Amino acid sequence: MDLTTFLIQLLNALQYGLLLFLVASGLTLIFGIMGIINLAHGSFYMMGAYMAFALTSATGNLFVAILLGIVLSALIGFLLEWGLFSRLYKRDHLDQVLLTYGLILMFEEIRSMIVGDDVHGVRIPEMLSASIQLSETLSYPVYRLFMSGVCIVLAVLMYWLIRHTRLGMMIRAGSSNREMVQSLGINIDLIYRLVFALGVTLAAFAGMLAAPVSSVYPGMGNQVLIICFVVVVIGGVGSVWGAFVAALLIGLADTFGKVIIPDFAGLTVYLLMAAVLLWRPEGIFRRI
Amino acid sequence: MSAAIKTPRGALLATLLVLSIFPLFGSDYYSELLTKIMIMAIFAMSLDLLVGFTGLVSFGHAAFFGIAAYAVVLVSPQYDPSSLWLVLPAAVLAAAVAAFVIGLFVLRTKGIYFIMVTLAFAQMIYFVFHDSPLGGGSDGVFINFKPELRIGETQLLDLGNAAHFYYVVLLLLVATYVFLRILLRSPLGHALAGIKSNEHRMLSLGFPVFLYKLAGFVIAGALAGVAGFLSACQFGFVTPEILSWHQSGNVLLMVILGGMGTLNGAAIGAFAFVVLQEVFSALTKHWQFLMGTVIVLVVMLLPGGLSSLTQRVRRLLVGGGSNG
Amino acid sequence: MSHEVNRRQFLISSAAVAAGLALPSAPLFAQGARKVRVGLMLPYTGTYAALGNAITNGFKLAVEQGGGKLGGSEVEYFTVDDESDAAKAPENANKLIKRDNVDVLVGTVHSGVALAMTRVAREAKALLIVPNAGADEITGPLCAPNIFRTSFSAWQPAYAMGNVMAERKHKNVVTLSWKYSFGEQSVAGFKEAFEKAGGKVVKELYLPFPNVEFQPYLTEIAALKPDAVFVFFAGGGAVKFVKDYAAAGLKSTIPLYGSGFLTDGTLEAQGEAAEGLLTTLHYADGLDIPKDKEFRAAYASAFKMQPDVYAVQGYDAAQLFATGLAAVKGDVGKRDELVKAMESATIDSPRGKFTLSKAHNPVQDIYLRKVEGKENKVVSVAAKALADPARGCRM
Repeated sequence: MDLTTFLIQLLNALQYGLLLFLVASGLTLIFGIMGIINLAHGSFYMMGAYMAFALTSATGNLFVAILLGIVLSALIGFLLEWGLFSRLYKRDHLDQVLLTYGLILMFEEIRSMIVGDDVHGVRIPEMLSASIQLSETLSYPVYRLFMSGVCIVLAVLMYWLIRHTRLGMMIRAGSSNREMVQSLGINIDLIYRLVFALGVTLAAFAGMLAAPVSSVYPGMGNQVLIICFVVVVIGGVGSVWGAFVAALLIGLADTFGKVIIPDFAGLTVYLLMAAVLLWRPEGIFRRI
Repeated sequence: MSAAIKTPRGALLATLLVLSIFPLFGSDYYSELLTKIMIMAIFAMSLDLLVGFTGLVSFGHAAFFGIAAYAVVLVSPQYDPSSLWLVLPAAVLAAAVAAFVIGLFVLRTKGIYFIMVTLAFAQMIYFVFHDSPLGGGSDGVFINFKPELRIGETQLLDLGNAAHFYYVVLLLLVATYVFLRILLRSPLGHALAGIKSNEHRMLSLGFPVFLYKLAGFVIAGALAGVAGFLSACQFGFVTPEILSWHQSGNVLLMVILGGMGTLNGAAIGAFAFVVLQEVFSALTKHWQFLMGTVIVLVVMLLPGGLSSLTQRVRRLLVGGGSNG
Repeated sequence: MSHEVNRRQFLISSAAVAAGLALPSAPLFAQGARKVRVGLMLPYTGTYAALGNAITNGFKLAVEQGGGKLGGSEVEYFTVDDESDAAKAPENANKLIKRDNVDVLVGTVHSGVALAMTRVAREAKALLIVPNAGADEITGPLCAPNIFRTSFSAWQPAYAMGNVMAERKHKNVVTLSWKYSFGEQSVAGFKEAFEKAGGKVVKELYLPFPNVEFQPYLTEIAALKPDAVFVFFAGGGAVKFVKDYAAAGLKSTIPLYGSGFLTDGTLEAQGEAAEGLLTTLHYADGLDIPKDKEFRAAYASAFKMQPDVYAVQGYDAAQLFATGLAAVKGDVGKRDELVKAMESATIDSPRGKFTLSKAHNPVQDIYLRKVEGKENKVVSVAAKALADPARGCRM
């Protein structure tokens, strides 16, 4: 591998890692703050991608579609928390696992009933459809760089929200002691509802943003779900910063795994995970 | 809660009786279906030892089921039937060793994290078989000849024979049930129950909690291996899908559906799960929607699972008493 | 569509549950003029659901055109959703064979599932018609008198492409596919023809199925600078790959070729990225075949959508079985005669007439197609009456 190729692969790795972070961030948020293992996270990603497809066809503009999709998915998250999850906080984690497992099946079939089972594509907006020449033969789509940029901005925003805002303070406090925060007169139910809606929206947003590159197809949610879990496991439960580092590490392991040991490309990410867990059973970072 | 739900001995014996004479009257297909249900019941009971009795919610139990199934493939010669004496212990041992190694990793974590880490490890095993030529890769691998049991020249049992196989499964189901019953009454069983109700207290009382949990994990893995062995023998076909996270989710569902912390509940859950799939999939193309709805409803409305249903009905008939 | 069937199946299974599963299912149906029992085992949920539906539609269209009859016999359908889950394949196949006692088993899309079905069908001596799955083994080492296929073998379109690419003066080629046997067989078929014609496969790249993170491979291809690239992908992965390939700027410098599934049922989603791509398959748009035009019109009016290659394969599965049924006048008990009629049949398919090889795989023309607009327009016949070598078949 010459230097140019190496650098391009590094870019690929970072770009993939950043996208992974975006997809997994909602999961780690819901996980760390509310203690919910949300298996339906992949379904929300899928939902986002299908929203991008349907709304772009309807409005003709991806950005308008994304804005509408954000509102819609936040609403869905809000309603789900109100109708289902809020009734389970006193129960075992297991019940939440199963609830979300059931939801996966329902969402996938609802998708099939509403949109059907065909594969769809979403157009890249005109202004981002250019490519940058990287080497003699290879160029890099601007949209991918745009995606990476959005991921970085979101990472910073989330960090700021949790560390430096009043809401973030309440969230952090609520995650460590729900009852105490409640007794201080803070509406913890509302905060949880907001966090859940935020998590769902992040997943859906990732789906919408990725739709133009990844295409939209049945079962796409399941594909991202497991890798998101690995991000969270490596990063540490609920740690947004940890998820960020873990996602980048996985991007590197996956990309260079494919190049250097192609026969075991599917395994490299899991070897990384085992190594991290051997070193730190609870992931690289602890807590928010 | 584990002691609260008692199934009368009579019901158990009646079930056993029905199971032992079923193949004489039932059609081939339904005998086969029942065989599968019994295998799943063993699998669900093995998981219940962790989830219901020790409080360890494993989301990767399919790994041990699958490893045992692949062990059957790997030790079976290609052109001869293998010996049951060799294959069954090999499969169970493989599952137990895997449970030991994985247990060393995952048991260092607790609660919600344990769920995730077990899931991640099971997925890793999935990819080992999915991506390496070891077990036929993603297309799976076939066992051409089912194991048999011989003493000298006489063939006592041929697992390729549906009737033989049915009774072997039934026997192993009963054996697993009895074994777990005894185990739960042993000092180890009591220690596991203690860990479930209060791990810190057990620690401060000086119990080697980690070792107990590891023992429980290995035993559960080995029993899942029994189920995996049987599953490989039933269809003679092993694919990576049998250790996918869906499989881990399904078995967890069986445990919950029946009501965790009761061995009978695990078996009832396995039965209910398979039958629901059977009925729904004949009903509509979108049968998974119905399946999902049932899961959601059970979680929301029936926290004790199906085996708590009889109690609820009874309470409702008698009038009074709160739900719980 | 098959409401009645579904309801009936539901009644059967729920009655069975009620009766403690003790219901022997066969005697229930021993009544009057016997209907032919067709078992459709196809994906109706999950990634391949659209393909399963197309095959079902194609099959039912053929029956409707026969006035609700197949080869003169009334038809009763039994359907099972195989979920493209290989782990459930043996029991799903048994459901149709043992529970529903079907006379013919039709399925499926996913090769892993189809291989398991083939094993079960061989053992149970059940008649099986494979309407899609291309795994070479089905009409190779696993071939049997009761196993038929109306689609293709992985080898066929890929082998044809090997010759096409050699003729187009490409010397060094890189291949890329998912690492599963269908992909590997496609690459092997391509390589066989291409290297025989003097070309060289510089590197075979594989990525784990169903991973779609192609960027590292595109970078590697760009560094290797081959004359051309041959790939095997299908469905959502194919859409993403074609788009990524174009976005990486490779499409204009290193021509991309593929087995036809790369651009089948995916053109809508691929958009301009697919424009001009050359692929090989046993079906194409714009064929000058009367039967095809008639088929397309009938399909469009029956199902309010355009047929695809999967619908054709389902349609031909019905036609093939009809030939057999007609020969035995609906008496499926005469298995030998039925099989004999089926294997010597000439199927008047929308793809063009084809016969079956000794291993029961179509001997068919493979078309070279070019993507124009939203169509895979036929360019030429890449291989005339191409027969799969059926390696390992002893029949």
